Amino acid sequence: MSESRVPEDDEGTVLFRVPLPKDPGALKDLTPLIIKHHYEIDYIHSYAQDSPFFAGLANQRLLGTRCGSCNYTYATPRAHCMECGRQCDWVDLPQEGQIHTFTVCHYGSEEFLKETPFILALIEFPGVDTLFLTRVVGLDPQASSLDWIGMRVKARFRRLSTFRPTDVYFVPIGT
Amino acid sequence: MRPVYAVSGGVCKFARARPDLDFRGMVKEAYDYALTDLHLTPQHAREIVDGTICSYFSDHFTRQLKAGSMVQDYLGLCPKPGKRIEGGGATGGLAVQSGWEAVASGRFDICVVYGFETMSRVNTWKGNEFIALASDTNFDYPVGGFYSGYYAMMVVRHMKQFGTTVEQMALVSVKNHRNALHNPYAQKRRQITIEDVRRAEMVAWPLTMLDICVMSDGAAVLILCSEDGLNTLHRATGRTPLPAKITGVGGGLDAMRMADRPHGEVILLPHERPEDYRGLKYPGVHSFRAGRMAAKTAYQMAGITNPLEELDFIELHDAYTSSEVQTYEDMGLCRYGEGGKFVESGTPFMPAVDYGYHFPEQGRIPINPSGGLIACGHPVGATGIMQGVFALWQLQGSIRTHFGSDVLQVRNARRGAIHSHAGTGTYVVISILERGD
Repeated sequence: MSESRVPEDDEGTVLFRVPLPKDPGALKDLTPLIIKHHYEIDYIHSYAQDSPFFAGLANQRLLGTRCGSCNYTYATPRAHCMECGRQCDWVDLPQEGQIHTFTVCHYGSEEFLKETPFILALIEFPGVDTLFLTRVVGLDPQASSLDWIGMRVKARFRRLSTFRPTDVYFVPIGT
Repeated sequence: MRPVYAVSGGVCKFARARPDLDFRGMVKEAYDYALTDLHLTPQHAREIVDGTICSYFSDHFTRQLKAGSMVQDYLGLCPKPGKRIEGGGATGGLAVQSGWEAVASGRFDICVVYGFETMSRVNTWKGNEFIALASDTNFDYPVGGFYSGYYAMMVVRHMKQFGTTVEQMALVSVKNHRNALHNPYAQKRRQITIEDVRRAEMVAWPLTMLDICVMSDGAAVLILCSEDGLNTLHRATGRTPLPAKITGVGGGLDAMRMADRPHGEVILLPHERPEDYRGLKYPGVHSFRAGRMAAKTAYQMAGITNPLEELDFIELHDAYTSSEVQTYEDMGLCRYGEGGKFVESGTPFMPAVDYGYHFPEQGRIPINPSGGLIACGHPVGATGIMQGVFALWQLQGSIRTHFGSDVLQVRNARRGAIHSHAGTGTYVVISILERGD
């Protein structure tokens, strides 16, 4: 089925007036009236107990946390241990790991649409108990395959930090 | 704890957009239907209803806080008490369980559970952004927050771990869209093939547009009663509806971040043994520990030891075809890893419907006879309640009355389950309903 269609946009128009029907009984049919409504906000957000992770990224370090009691190491930092509740210590994670799983996002949330296609992956590290969510760069997004699981990858850091988890990303080793 | 019965329900037809009715009007449409089924007027309802539970997921869609109080007064149920429940995609299922708690505890005799979502107020990709805010906003969302991406990562691991195929997942889409042809409440009703699903546009590899449920506007209402409440209804209307008794409720939770899910031992159901899963690291990112926990506790309460034998149907939360396959396993219908084979065998299809494929065991336990979320749509706050309404109608044998035909009636349905699921398996709830006569 071929479609000749102009793409929709949400520009709308500025409207000054709408007439009313003379018959009050017809007012129930005057629906729907749809308007555009803009909303924006700046938050003042503290990273609180997770702050050292973001400072680490800005210094080319990948930091995780370890519970001194359980010896459980978190690749995505947790200030307190999920098992025993004690406060964890900050530790350097290995900067090389393997792809545990991945996907290629050909679409995304509005904020990320312009970056598609991109590769999301969960990385596993030797000696570390949990995984880390990141982007993998340097693979062909059209060539996705289950063979990518297990691929060895290494961390790269942005020089100009944004204090977001995307200040670090991973590339295939040998790149 | 007292027995709790579902007695009536209503569903406002799910649609991509319902600009003609705002969230209050949509709930009223569903509420009026539920009251009409009981032969109860709104004024009389206000006298005999003891309280309510309101279910909606995202304040971002309406940008109207305390929306529940606005719905309640629009329905004419003030000054009766109520509260709002939220739990991501499981919001509706959690609300049904909250209603159960209010009646089982003795606090309410008659409780109205109502839920809605208005997702058409923003464009699709902005809507996806709102949904993605239900993931860790420090560590996950900023990397590329997109729920289809999260689910795709889980199924990729499931495929690597267990050999699940995209064709097996596509069969879920074939089943649910085809069932929906006979459900007038469903948003998307079509006969499709496995090839149609694979040829549809790729969203997050390997999930295509046809592997994924759509966003909708919609509302649903379910009315719950104690035995005293049934008597009150009878006095008010001269009738007693055929009720469905809620005989089991269960729930579970898991870490918000998939990265944090442990790699440990399977939580076993009574019919499983440790030898079944030697060497399997669980749940990892391939299975839903919260779903398994919900199944275990619901089955325990309902006295179910082998769900495949003891359930007649399930309305299951299939936001993604892959999620349905994974959930067959969490609910113990088959072993972990065998969800793909389970759907391929035809077991979860309707027995008498022609899907265009030959199955060796078609229709042993219909799953999503209504078409599920993939075909009906997923107005988040309403979905779990809709499942309760459809389950009630299955157990009453009244599908023909409400759907216009009985193609989707599960014959001799005596016991069914509803399953509601949030996040990447962050909140999961399962409730068991049985024919109340």
